[in-house]
Amino acid sequence: MSSIKIELHENQVKELVEVCRSFNNEAGELINVLHKAQGIFGYLPAEVQEIVARELKVSVAKVYGVVTFYSFFTMVPKGQHPISICMGTACYVRGAEKVLDEFKRKLKVPVGETTPDGKFSLNCLRCVGACGLAPVVMVGDKTYGRVSPDGVKEILAEYA
Amino acid sequence: MNKIKITIDNKPIEVDPGTSLLKAADTVGIKIPTLCYLHLEDLNIENKPGGCRICVVEVAGRRNLAPACATQCLDGMIVRTNTMRVLNARKTVMELILSDHPFDCLICAKSGQCDLQKLAQDLGIREIHYKGEQSHYKEDRSPSIIRDMDKCILCRRCEMMCNDFQTVGALSGINRGFMAVVATAFEQDLVKSPCTYCGQCVAVCPTGALTEVDHTNQIIRLLANPKKTVIVQTAPAVRAALGEEFGLEPGTLVTGKLVSALKQLGFDYVFDTDFAADLTIMEEGTELLKRLTNYLNGDKEESLPILTSCCPAWVNFFEEYFPELNDIPSTARSPQQMFGAIAKTYFADKIGVDRKDLVVVSIMPCLAKKYECQRDEFKVDGNPDVDFSLSTRELAALIKQANIDFLTLPDDDFDSPMGESTGAGVIFGTTGGVIEAAVRTAYELYTGKKLEKIGFEELRGMAGIRQATLDFDGLPINIGIAHGLGNARELLESIKAGTCSFHAIEIMACPGGCIGGGGQPLHHGNSQVIVARQKAIYQEDASKPIRKSHENPYIKKLYDEFLGSPLSEKSHHLLHTRYFDRSKTKVIIKKEQE
Repeated sequence: MSSIKIELHENQVKELVEVCRSFNNEAGELINVLHKAQGIFGYLPAEVQEIVARELKVSVAKVYGVVTFYSFFTMVPKGQHPISICMGTACYVRGAEKVLDEFKRKLKVPVGETTPDGKFSLNCLRCVGACGLAPVVMVGDKTYGRVSPDGVKEILAEYA
Repeated sequence: MNKIKITIDNKPIEVDPGTSLLKAADTVGIKIPTLCYLHLEDLNIENKPGGCRICVVEVAGRRNLAPACATQCLDGMIVRTNTMRVLNARKTVMELILSDHPFDCLICAKSGQCDLQKLAQDLGIREIHYKGEQSHYKEDRSPSIIRDMDKCILCRRCEMMCNDFQTVGALSGINRGFMAVVATAFEQDLVKSPCTYCGQCVAVCPTGALTEVDHTNQIIRLLANPKKTVIVQTAPAVRAALGEEFGLEPGTLVTGKLVSALKQLGFDYVFDTDFAADLTIMEEGTELLKRLTNYLNGDKEESLPILTSCCPAWVNFFEEYFPELNDIPSTARSPQQMFGAIAKTYFADKIGVDRKDLVVVSIMPCLAKKYECQRDEFKVDGNPDVDFSLSTRELAALIKQANIDFLTLPDDDFDSPMGESTGAGVIFGTTGGVIEAAVRTAYELYTGKKLEKIGFEELRGMAGIRQATLDFDGLPINIGIAHGLGNARELLESIKAGTCSFHAIEIMACPGGCIGGGGQPLHHGNSQVIVARQKAIYQEDASKPIRKSHENPYIKKLYDEFLGSPLSEKSHHLLHTRYFDRSKTKVIIKKEQE
């Protein structure tokens, strides 16, 4: 993992300490605290995990254990435009995997990571409830339906 | 209390409510195999994740097999531990574990002592029906401990010791499924974690995943080098445990054979760390009296309690977690380091050898000692006072490699002058021993009276935290004792909160003290082994003609000829140290621009 020290903003740190306090700094609330922390910072860098560990009086190793166990938690910052490809059953049978492959090829990053310029991050999700539009891709809050591998270029161009 | 009646393998058993099937079976001689389970009864340490599923048994009326370690006996239960279904399930589980384990048993450091290897034999595994991908991780080498996670079977014993018992929190299970492994925070090397090198993870690891750094080859090379004078010191706890490596009963004292073996190995002088323990008492005891007197005279600058500083894992612990209390522990170096400092000055001069050609080896029950002797503050121009620290297990390996038949060795005596010690030096090896040794000397120095009863029973035992008030001729002295770093943390928190009234506290990192150290022969989950070693230590103390450190004639001579007096300038230079803030979690916070 990254050994580069990231500077955290004082206001965000204050907010995080406040979140811990709102859970009475109980070690048993670790998952809830991490959930809120990811809401504040967008991801869970090592420094945030260290603050949570200190506030809840659990070891940093334990916090890291929980962060790596649940796929919801991420230590990689999301891109400016987070891309999510639906891999639910309907999207999958209508070719979502080929769409995903095209995104991976174009962006040159694997699933779960962010492009070096911080612009796009690539993730999969399970069903957004728009199966009629399968295969579905989301970029930020915007939904794209009936996406084909050929359409990937156009979508990315919108955010160029 | 109503007893619970159950049947295991057709044997009727009555047990107390809350008893596990595993314990109940044990009472009638049925040994259900286990792997992840660990219970050190006398020390209140238990690992029961119910994760490995090796101990499964069949309970009549239940659809699934039940893990015996984590299933409580209920009235009327009918249990079978060796049916076809149970045996097949166990073999399947074992084969699956082995399918992701390297097969380098012949050259593995744990071979012959490996719980996994023994279990594979006991279960009669002759073939592994599952082939697939195997986990691979980078080997992590610290000054004391090697982590080879390819060999980890996820029993979580190390995680339990590191977090629950020691409260160090260096290790945790991370990731999930096939990727799951025990690691440090952010998978950094152990040296970057808060690890104290106590070695308790190594002491409970059932496989070769966690082992000590092996220095035996360097020692063999040095012993063969005619240009080097190689001397050795052996810690008190070693003599109470080494025999186990050669099949002797736990608690068998092998002091004489140990000396014989070291001489046969070719060490030029065989000395005793107990000598340095006596020296530690002179320095630490004097420091205690000085601080106590200052305190009683109303010196506001003086803070009590004084904490012992012999245990290197404990020193690492407070430097990491309580750097704000760095001025409370005694500044006295550990016996290992005092020995090294005196050996490479006083003794080197005596025999006319340059310190660069004098190699000091220590035999320790400890893995943190390997780290301690590499600390910069214990080096002179890059040359360490103690060159190598070997564990009790490594010494056993050396003896075996040198074709020495340990059991038939005659008894021999330590060399002079640094081999002469008192009973006070011997009890350094057990929890409560350092403070008892200090009290024996401090009492006589403070009161000017002769101590009538030398043994302080009130300071002995195995309870994790103990306290006693001793009468120093009308002055009540409050003593605290903790072994295990979790217990130490509890005492430290009370010092920080100002709620404790101790004058002096002894702390040892390992369960039972050094006798339960991370470098000792493996106890395989039987805490009676550690209890037996403690008895042996007190037995050796009782048999010593001199039992108070300040009466050791060779210590007196050392002060007369070389050091002057305890806490003298020379003593300060050679026998005392200082502590550092080594806390590792530092978060950089960016100030908001107004």
